[in-house]
Amino acid sequence: MTTTKTPLLEVRDLAARIGGVEILKGISLTVNPGEVHAIMGPNGSGKSTFSKVLAGHPAYEVVSGEALFLGQDLFAMAPEERARAGLFLSFQYPVEIPGVANAQFLRLAYNTVQGARGKEELDPLEFDDFVREKLALLDIDPGFLDRSVNEGFSGGEKKRNEILQMALLEPWLAFLDETDSGLDIDALRIVANGINSLRTPENAMVLVTHYQRLLNLVVPDYVHVMDRGRLVRTGGKDLALELEERGYDWLGAGATA
Amino acid sequence: MSAVLQNLIDQPYKHGFVTDIESDTAPKGLSEDVIRLISTKKNEPEWLLEFRLQAYRHWLTMAEPRWPNVKYPPIDFQDISYYSAPKPKKKLASLDEVDPELLRTFEKLGVPMHEQKALAGVAVDVIFDSVSVTTTYKQKLAEVGVIFCSMSEAVHDHPELVRKYLGAVVPTGDNFYAALNSAVFTDGSFCYIPKGVKCPMELSTYFRINTQESGQFERTLIVAEEGSHVSYLEGCTAPKFDTNQLHAAVVELVALDDAEIKYSTVQNWYAGDENGVGGIYNFVTKRGLCQGARSKISWTQVETGSAITWKYPSCVLLGDDSVGEFYSVALTNHFQQADTGTKMIHVGKNTRSRIISKGISAGRSQNSYRGLVKIGPRAEGARNFSQCDSMLIGHDSGAHTFPYIQVENNASKVEHEASTSKIGEDQLFYFQSRGIDMEQAVSMIINGFVKDVFTQLPMEFAVEASKLLGLKLEGSVG
Repeated sequence: MTTTKTPLLEVRDLAARIGGVEILKGISLTVNPGEVHAIMGPNGSGKSTFSKVLAGHPAYEVVSGEALFLGQDLFAMAPEERARAGLFLSFQYPVEIPGVANAQFLRLAYNTVQGARGKEELDPLEFDDFVREKLALLDIDPGFLDRSVNEGFSGGEKKRNEILQMALLEPWLAFLDETDSGLDIDALRIVANGINSLRTPENAMVLVTHYQRLLNLVVPDYVHVMDRGRLVRTGGKDLALELEERGYDWLGAGATA
Repeated sequence: MSAVLQNLIDQPYKHGFVTDIESDTAPKGLSEDVIRLISTKKNEPEWLLEFRLQAYRHWLTMAEPRWPNVKYPPIDFQDISYYSAPKPKKKLASLDEVDPELLRTFEKLGVPMHEQKALAGVAVDVIFDSVSVTTTYKQKLAEVGVIFCSMSEAVHDHPELVRKYLGAVVPTGDNFYAALNSAVFTDGSFCYIPKGVKCPMELSTYFRINTQESGQFERTLIVAEEGSHVSYLEGCTAPKFDTNQLHAAVVELVALDDAEIKYSTVQNWYAGDENGVGGIYNFVTKRGLCQGARSKISWTQVETGSAITWKYPSCVLLGDDSVGEFYSVALTNHFQQADTGTKMIHVGKNTRSRIISKGISAGRSQNSYRGLVKIGPRAEGARNFSQCDSMLIGHDSGAHTFPYIQVENNASKVEHEASTSKIGEDQLFYFQSRGIDMEQAVSMIINGFVKDVFTQLPMEFAVEASKLLGLKLEGSVG
């Protein structure tokens, strides 16, 4: 890893639980600008929990450890403050919000984050022009703006809506939680192209995934394997190929040692 | 709000009561003597005294309704003073003397400073020539023959109209509270739109010039002659701090052939504190009669106040092809209770009705929708569509739906849809993860929920009502 840059994220020995059950049992991870990380691992290993804990989901409780985001204590910040500081979570299962128009939601999110950065907010007309450019990037029909947030969206549409939000909010660090699941091959390519186009030397992404196929399109610098609440192995992009071939069992045995 | 409105609010009390009774208050309790006293004080004609006495005698035989899904200690009807001449409000010297809670509310609602003062009862210097403003609108209405005045004035100036229509829609013995109101009402609004006239402005209780409280027993009567059209706004989005515990108003609407009445209410009376102490009992009877063919009556209500709300703005669809509508948002928080809804009584052929009800319950409140759709044997081709949605916020509130459907012919169509939803942790987290705080998130979800009703409100009302919902829900999540 490059050492000259200030890390975007430094997580040390993070343990967290939900309803008294410990899910994360000591995770350490450093993410620097310009990097793409992948976290892989079997179902129930704690991958989704890790990203939700960092984003501040109220159902999870941090037991021990710390997380610095841009040098700030992440766990001292409310979830909305984390988002305004430039942390983004693309949800595995985005919730539906009936009655709230997507355009209105996107604009409020955009303006809130812009405002926190001391930048100018956009009125509805300006925002409409701005968002349409981003829609084209992800091949999304503009009619999508008038629908309620995620309501009645197909799995693929929901995921595209997540990436659209990422494109609008321009986070420093984005966790993409199983963004590839539920996408057909064309949709996967569109979403991957979208993700790639949002990469800059200043920002970073963490892809949480089961499968190699997204990683063929968005190539990671680091691949981590999570098992039973710990990162048990870290390697380069080849590790993902090895996992695809051999499964997780050969690693899992070592995890409990 | 405009300077025009503000000036009107600043108006001193001009109409209604004569000087010699200004300081009068009747002793507590209700009897025929008290009713005679009210009638005498108001210098009323004999027929109106008879109307009151008949109502009173009927009321004596009636029992307080116990079927609403609300709980409250028994009311001692002999412990209420039924007549008190409206006294000018005590003027305060500056805003410093006003309850800070009230000021905070005004600020959140964006009520301009001058209006804040007027509403809070602070003496305001009149800067503009308000008389000319009043004259202008009075002239404008007079030109087209619209009568808009207090009920007391109407009794004296237009007795034939009042006598013809008062009690025509809500008979004196209709229900316990309507009977009580008929016996003791002190004032209210009267509105008459002549044949073929489209009222040139929205009529608001603001415009009635009567800045005094109409008292706890208010009476409103609106008559729309053939082919006429009127939109009436009742209430005010700022909280009305009032010492009266019981409010029992009656509103009657009459629409003749091809006439249309649109009646909008934003009610934000004192709801009691967050522990459920105090607050208004708002027990109201509102009913519209679509007497003429192709007439239309539309009720829109946003109910956010009162400790207990008990009201069912209804339509009797007598004329063939007449239309009744009910759009409602009822929000309850803390210990508030609401049992509200509508009745659509289809009598004429091809009558249509539409009910959109949105209930929001937060805190430990209980919110009930109660609605009757009745299609009579003659009402062939009648159609009704009802949609009753409830939204729960938090874990301790309740939402209830009591739909009653009675169909007495087989050539009609009735549809009823209902849903209950809850603002969930995951929804709020979704907003937060995009930088939006919980209060904004709740406000956005709620505004989405009530959209179908708010679009029915006049624009200015809708904006304030939307702010009001956010304000009432403050602190109810998280």
